[in-house]
Amino acid sequence: MAQAPTDPSSAEAADPEESSPNMIVYRKIEDIITRMQDDKTGGVPIRTVKSFLSKIPSVVTGADIVQWLMKNLSIEDQGEAIHLGSLIAAQGYVFPISDHVLTLKDDGTFYRFQAPYFWPSNCWEPENTDYAIYLCKRTMQNKARLELADYEAENLARLQRAFARKWEFIFMQAEAQVKIDRKKDKTERKILDSQERAFWDVHRPVPGCVNTTEMDIRKCRRMKNPQKVKKSVYGVTEESQPQSPVHVPSQPVRKTTKEDFRKQITFLNLQIDRHCLKMSKVAESLIAYTEQYVEYDPFITPAEPSNPWISDDAALWDIEMSKEPSQQRVKRWGFSMDEVLKDPVGRDQFLRFLESEFSSENLRFWLAVQDLKKQPLQDVTTRVEEIWQEFLAPGAQSAINLDSHSYEKTSQNVKDPGRYTYEDAQEHIYKLMKSDSYARFLRSNAYQDLLLAKKKVNN
Amino acid sequence: MCDQTFLAIVFGPCDKCSNEKPLRAVYIKSEQLSYCSLCVEMMATEGLHENETLASLKNEAESLKGKLEEERAKLHDVELHQVAERVEALGQFVMKTRRTLKGHGNKVLCMDWCKDKRRIVSSSQDGKVIVWDSFTTNKEHAVTMPCTWVMACAYAPSGCAIACGGLDNKCSVYPLTFDKNENMAAKKKSVAMHTNYLSACSFTNSDMQILTASGDGTCALWDVESGQLLQSFHGHGADVLCLDLAPSETGNTFVSGGCDKKAMVWDMRSGQCIQSFETHDSDINSVRYYPSGDAFASGSDDATCRLYDLRADREVAIYSKESIIFGASSVDFSLSGRLLFAGYNDYTINVWDVLKGSRVSILFGHENRVSTLRVSPDGTAFCSGSWDHTLRIWA
Repeated sequence: MAQAPTDPSSAEAADPEESSPNMIVYRKIEDIITRMQDDKTGGVPIRTVKSFLSKIPSVVTGADIVQWLMKNLSIEDQGEAIHLGSLIAAQGYVFPISDHVLTLKDDGTFYRFQAPYFWPSNCWEPENTDYAIYLCKRTMQNKARLELADYEAENLARLQRAFARKWEFIFMQAEAQVKIDRKKDKTERKILDSQERAFWDVHRPVPGCVNTTEMDIRKCRRMKNPQKVKKSVYGVTEESQPQSPVHVPSQPVRKTTKEDFRKQITFLNLQIDRHCLKMSKVAESLIAYTEQYVEYDPFITPAEPSNPWISDDAALWDIEMSKEPSQQRVKRWGFSMDEVLKDPVGRDQFLRFLESEFSSENLRFWLAVQDLKKQPLQDVTTRVEEIWQEFLAPGAQSAINLDSHSYEKTSQNVKDPGRYTYEDAQEHIYKLMKSDSYARFLRSNAYQDLLLAKKKVNN
Repeated sequence: MCDQTFLAIVFGPCDKCSNEKPLRAVYIKSEQLSYCSLCVEMMATEGLHENETLASLKNEAESLKGKLEEERAKLHDVELHQVAERVEALGQFVMKTRRTLKGHGNKVLCMDWCKDKRRIVSSSQDGKVIVWDSFTTNKEHAVTMPCTWVMACAYAPSGCAIACGGLDNKCSVYPLTFDKNENMAAKKKSVAMHTNYLSACSFTNSDMQILTASGDGTCALWDVESGQLLQSFHGHGADVLCLDLAPSETGNTFVSGGCDKKAMVWDMRSGQCIQSFETHDSDINSVRYYPSGDAFASGSDDATCRLYDLRADREVAIYSKESIIFGASSVDFSLSGRLLFAGYNDYTINVWDVLKGSRVSILFGHENRVSTLRVSPDGTAFCSGSWDHTLRIWA
């Protein structure tokens, strides 16, 4: 019985592949499957069912599996349980005995559990030679239940063409397998045959079905040994396989050096000195933010006049494009200065208000520095000079008021111009605007009119 | 009278720094040298330095980690979901697929929204990058990359260009042209060069800079015009899989997540890591800032999503269920931050109540893994892309 590793880190030290994303899922499924088959702790009823002249060994109904999943994994919705069960089947851990399509139905359909030998966690990547042997073997046995499905017959034909030269070898292997199988007990054979078929349903799925063995290429590098000869299901040794192009060998793990530790220690000391907030304060802040913005969240408060995606009417977007901001939009500018600066209409209103007071140089400086950071590298030096001339040079047209310390620092920075030359100055001006200009803007007639005007219309 | 010993002071050139100073006798490997007092001091501390073994440094790091945990634990006075008990519960949600975008011939790996709230760019395993007007479902542009597995794509803030990359280890920018005679691929500009696959890319608030993340374990900031590297970010111990820029108007930070199970917050100016979080049990596939910028969520192969707050410097919530066993590939917040949408490798999308920690809804529809998920710029919908070759718009 497979056991899920209890300590991920120790398992990882022993075998790096245990921590690969696919393996994590396999181990969880194996845990579920194991519990499901454990009759001591309320597992599903696995029985031999009598059918016409024969017996169907070792089966469980889909309904029983769904019920077990709902009870033992705290699933409230039946649909969810069926979906999870179908995924477990698609991965190859449980299968319908009379269907190649690996899905779970919530009814009397019979299912069987896969043998651990065939579990996906064994990292099978069966070659076409194995598949050819399998299909060939099936044609040698005169049993109705082993007849090839249409797609399998097509696959066999294709493989016969591809392996024309070594078909004799494959045929011999198939014959050998048939001999081995004949020696087994009848009931055991029924079970093994179905498990073998289910294995191939995973690795050579029915056309149109999801191939669950497909991997995310970003995670492939953790394969244990990409260059090793892939093991054969039927014990066939082949000449060495060429390395699959998918397996880019992973970089050797760099050992932690003294320098790494020193950097870590510096970093940790910085973190220890950091001033952090208590959870209660943080929770209050997160809650306050969502409560403030909930009326703007179309998933929670339906958008007015309508959500374009639901009504197929783009009216909402047309309204937002117009220069007339809605009352709700204007209200948002009052939440923080960032909101005004973020919204082009808000920014425009803010600027106009300041211009009317002949105090717009701070905002224009801030906007110019934002613009500077958006420039391509080659234009930076010119822009830095332009900003200096307009806002900071002695006798500047739109002189901003910086304290002497910032001014000194900035004049030094200008000698080596870059995107962050004015970072310090910009921070100062931002703080100044927040406490001064922004507060005045919110109190201004211009803003209040916009905020209230629409309300009057609504009333 | 007591005996007094007088020390004879020798004055002369120091054997180390050559300055004329009072000298002291120093024995190094049984050789006698004359050092000035300053050099003696320096030698003493350097010597200590060299005596620091790998083991002693490791121990120091471990004990600091312990101390840090202790300090953080002192601030852990309550859980988020406990405080959130007083918040009104969310009603029932009816979220449906409102548009299905078909046209990719293979797995959809990434998508991004245009600022106009309706256009999107998507990329897939077969090398195709498509720009759609998802409101009408019309394809407006398409380009075929010279490589397969285009894992990253992004829309420029101006709406006039897109960026993409993947197994070619590069990030390329394509200007979008409406001239039918012009071949989009002709004006392609190679911007970023990594030494392994490109996993994520994002424009900053300008068309002129791109931030990239790569399987080579680094992130980098590039000047688009010149292709010059502006800043690189080293610190992840394995592939970096995702990144997200902080939403602030004034901020210069971003967060990244990687196969080393760490989420790291970076200062774009200095290239330094400001904060680091390591609580996931497996790869972090996706990171996204909470709309206020004070926190961020992550989605991981350990089948959980987590919320980390930057001011508390810790994990503040986990979103998980016993029945969710497949990895979360992609996460994003609704506009208010109340809802977290997460796409999973079990083909579903789970919607979480961020404050209360409970699952609000599960959305079925995709027929294979959900690989990418983004909420639209005005929050009216979100788009999911899947290995089933389609994209869906949900509202």
